Amino acid sequence: MEKFTTLTAVAAPLLRINIDTDAIIPSREMKRVSKDGLSEGLFAGWRYQSPGSREENPDFILNRQPWRQARILLSGLNFGCGSSREHAVWALHEWGIRAIIAPSFGSIFQGNCVRNGIVPVVLDNALVEALARQVEADPAHNLVTVDLQDGVVLAPDGQRHAFSLPDADREMLLEGLDSIAVTLKRDAEILGFRDADRTRRPWIYLPTNG
Amino acid sequence: MGRTIIDKLWDEHTVADLGDDTSLLFIDRIFLHERTGSVALKGLETAGRTVRHPEQVFCTMDHIVDTTPGRTDDTRMPGGREFITSTRASARAAGIHLFDLGDDRQGIVHVVSPEQGIALPGVTLVCPDSHTCTLGGLGALAWGIGSTEGEHALATKTLAVRKPKRMRIRFEGRLASRVSAKDLILHLISRFGASGGVGYAIEFAGSVIRALPVEARLTLCNMAVEFGAWTGIVAPDELTFEYVRGRPFAPRPDQWDQAVAHWRTLPSDPDATFDRELEVDCSQLAPQVTWGTSPQHGGGIDSLVPDPAAETDPNRRQSAERALQYMGLAPGTRLAGLPIGAAFIGSCTNSRLSDLREAAGVLRGRHVAPGVKAICVPGSSQVKKAAEAEGLDDVFRAAGFEWRESGCSMCFYAGGESFGLEERVVTSTNRNFENRQGPRTRSHLASPATVAASAIAGVLADVRQLPPA
Repeated sequence: MEKFTTLTAVAAPLLRINIDTDAIIPSREMKRVSKDGLSEGLFAGWRYQSPGSREENPDFILNRQPWRQARILLSGLNFGCGSSREHAVWALHEWGIRAIIAPSFGSIFQGNCVRNGIVPVVLDNALVEALARQVEADPAHNLVTVDLQDGVVLAPDGQRHAFSLPDADREMLLEGLDSIAVTLKRDAEILGFRDADRTRRPWIYLPTNG
Repeated sequence: MGRTIIDKLWDEHTVADLGDDTSLLFIDRIFLHERTGSVALKGLETAGRTVRHPEQVFCTMDHIVDTTPGRTDDTRMPGGREFITSTRASARAAGIHLFDLGDDRQGIVHVVSPEQGIALPGVTLVCPDSHTCTLGGLGALAWGIGSTEGEHALATKTLAVRKPKRMRIRFEGRLASRVSAKDLILHLISRFGASGGVGYAIEFAGSVIRALPVEARLTLCNMAVEFGAWTGIVAPDELTFEYVRGRPFAPRPDQWDQAVAHWRTLPSDPDATFDRELEVDCSQLAPQVTWGTSPQHGGGIDSLVPDPAAETDPNRRQSAERALQYMGLAPGTRLAGLPIGAAFIGSCTNSRLSDLREAAGVLRGRHVAPGVKAICVPGSSQVKKAAEAEGLDDVFRAAGFEWRESGCSMCFYAGGESFGLEERVVTSTNRNFENRQGPRTRSHLASPATVAASAIAGVLADVRQLPPA
């Protein structure tokens, strides 16, 4: 996974509440058994004129300049609620998004972000709205910085807003870690747990297949 | 100090404390389906990794399989066949249990999981599917994950998880006739919002829950994710043990007493403390139906579409305005009496035998209104078989419903079947998002009984006021 340390970029305000993963990528846009090729379906229901078409809706923010270059999304509470589809994160990442700032996130979506190099930044709704107002005043120049190393968002007005991530998530993003490799360093503990558990709860353990 | 059921299951499955409230949790059982499990299995193969303990891993075909009789690997969704064949090949190569098309154990993952005794009280169970929280209804600690976390669980038998806060919601009073678990959860979400449970694992408790049959508890927990919760759980009791006993992957007879003795230790201690407690009085609860595009946009069948202008929070007001525009509704419209074009009974929320019996009880001797397209999709091949054995299929067909093969079907639109532009659908599913059931389709979530009553009336209808058959 690619590392994330700090990013200064155009931020696109999409301040709706409860934006679900069906909206981020409709099921009909998940066409293959693959993590790639999904950005075309990003926000397809809003981004295109009609379902299935590729004719852009000029009113949708990500179809307008300078937001076509956005690397940061600003959104309302509970962003990424609904379906667990990691395709939502793969689509956002492939399109270019690397950080999302919102008052809260759907929990599975939040975990998926961290495993794919996107920083889910939680800030109070009032701060997200303030960021949006500043960005909209001059979107090409009023850039937002997400500094994961220091855990701050730098607003266009120069204010610094602290945010926090669970330690493990922060480290995974900063170092671009492979979580499976990290966990397997504890393999002796895992196998030890399993062997003791097999005695304690034998009914959990099924006969080997085949 | 006393511990909650969530604390107990957390402690019991902790392999290592990773600091910062995060634990490496042991995962007892894993379930996959062709929509998101395929990519997890393929990712694992590409990385050159293998499934640790394939005997504890299960896979079914449910999300995009065709549900019309005589189905094959071909799907209505363009390109769907690849998901099925890829999943089949990966599942066989990994040596996991596969409930393929044609297997009489096939069905919707969260219907099959309890049915086969794969989900049990006290197990940790994950699946790359958000409705995995359904299995909390059995007293399992079960939650939805992404495909990458799925790979992690498959390869290591563990997941690193930050401990959620604990909430208890007590449902007290007595449910009126024809008011169901679906109405409880829809009411909870409309009252406290679709993000009311964000950051929490929730124990559902109280006199109403103790009286709920196990299948209804599954329905309740199914929509914990629509409340924003990490998961939901109901403490296991005698009803749970009776439900589980004798199922194919449940404890063997010689292990049974030991398992039950353990399960009896799981309920929250009397002096356990929760981070948040809510109480909901259910005595006056009416059948619920949604009017908008978030599960929080709902109310009693006897209520009116609210006026967004009355909403003080600007974000919620905007969300309601947008929803009414999408749904083609004006403030002040009475929900009961709203004309519908279609009715759907199915999904991991409400497609179990008890749901089909409830709906059939309403449909018996009646017929759907002219012009209403009505479809019933049993949740599993086993549910279908059991329903047919007691003649429910005849009741549905005689009433004018299509009777299908099991699968997720029209709970969501994947490019295949849909209800049509601006068609108004009353549905026993869990999500009324924009375009969820089809481009510009307007979904009203409700219980199976309300769906059945509405199909007959041709309008959203109060099942408590059925006309004589």
